[in-house]
Amino acid sequence: MKLIYFAWVRERIGRAEEEIDLPADVRTVRDLLVWLKGRGPEYEAALQYPEAIRVAINQEHAGHKESIAGAREIGLFPPMTGG
Amino acid sequence: MAVEPVIRVQREDFDIGAEIAAVSRGRTDVGAVVSFTGLCRDEGGALAALELEHYPGMAEAEIARIARQAVDRWPLQAVTVIHRYGRIEPGANIVLVVTASPHRQAAFEAASFLMDFLKSNAPFWKKERRADGSEGDWVEAKESDLEALGRWH
Repeated sequence: MKLIYFAWVRERIGRAEEEIDLPADVRTVRDLLVWLKGRGPEYEAALQYPEAIRVAINQEHAGHKESIAGAREIGLFPPMTGG
Repeated sequence: MAVEPVIRVQREDFDIGAEIAAVSRGRTDVGAVVSFTGLCRDEGGALAALELEHYPGMAEAEIARIARQAVDRWPLQAVTVIHRYGRIEPGANIVLVVTASPHRQAAFEAASFLMDFLKSNAPFWKKERRADGSEGDWVEAKESDLEALGRWH
């Protein structure tokens, strides 16, 4: 699965995207955020407050309770500041 | 007749007058055209530029989803949304929304709706570049922008 990061999430993790194999017990967006946070200090810094992170599955906004089954691409980013 | 929104996500500037003229060109049934332009402010001289990051692909898709909601909700004859990314200096354009309708109320409301949802749902992020040469902060999302969405429910 492709993970893609933006804005300060990207800066803190130190990369824009990566391919990752997820453990089978990572089923929801929230599971993913908690699992990623445990991968190292850079992830811990980016995902310190997982509830603040916005997520898109296959380029569409997704809530934290949503399943990530079948996702090809998951984007993680801070609240948006467009317009 | 289904309205196909015009959506562009681009680095280059846009011509506001040309975009406004384009929505009613060659037709005689348009009664109201509303446009909104968002510009980069200098924050009292402290800001040298904004660096706009976006999620390529999703930015276009999300703006299209928002525009379709506007078309479903108001009797619109045309919708144009242009959002820039990259380095944008004070005084320069960031975003343009143009709506056309037989009557003004729909055009005003749809333009306002589009901007409210672009602010909070379109995947763009602004980073400040300060006039003193230092790297600024990421602009934080405002609670008031999220609250603005509530009035459309």
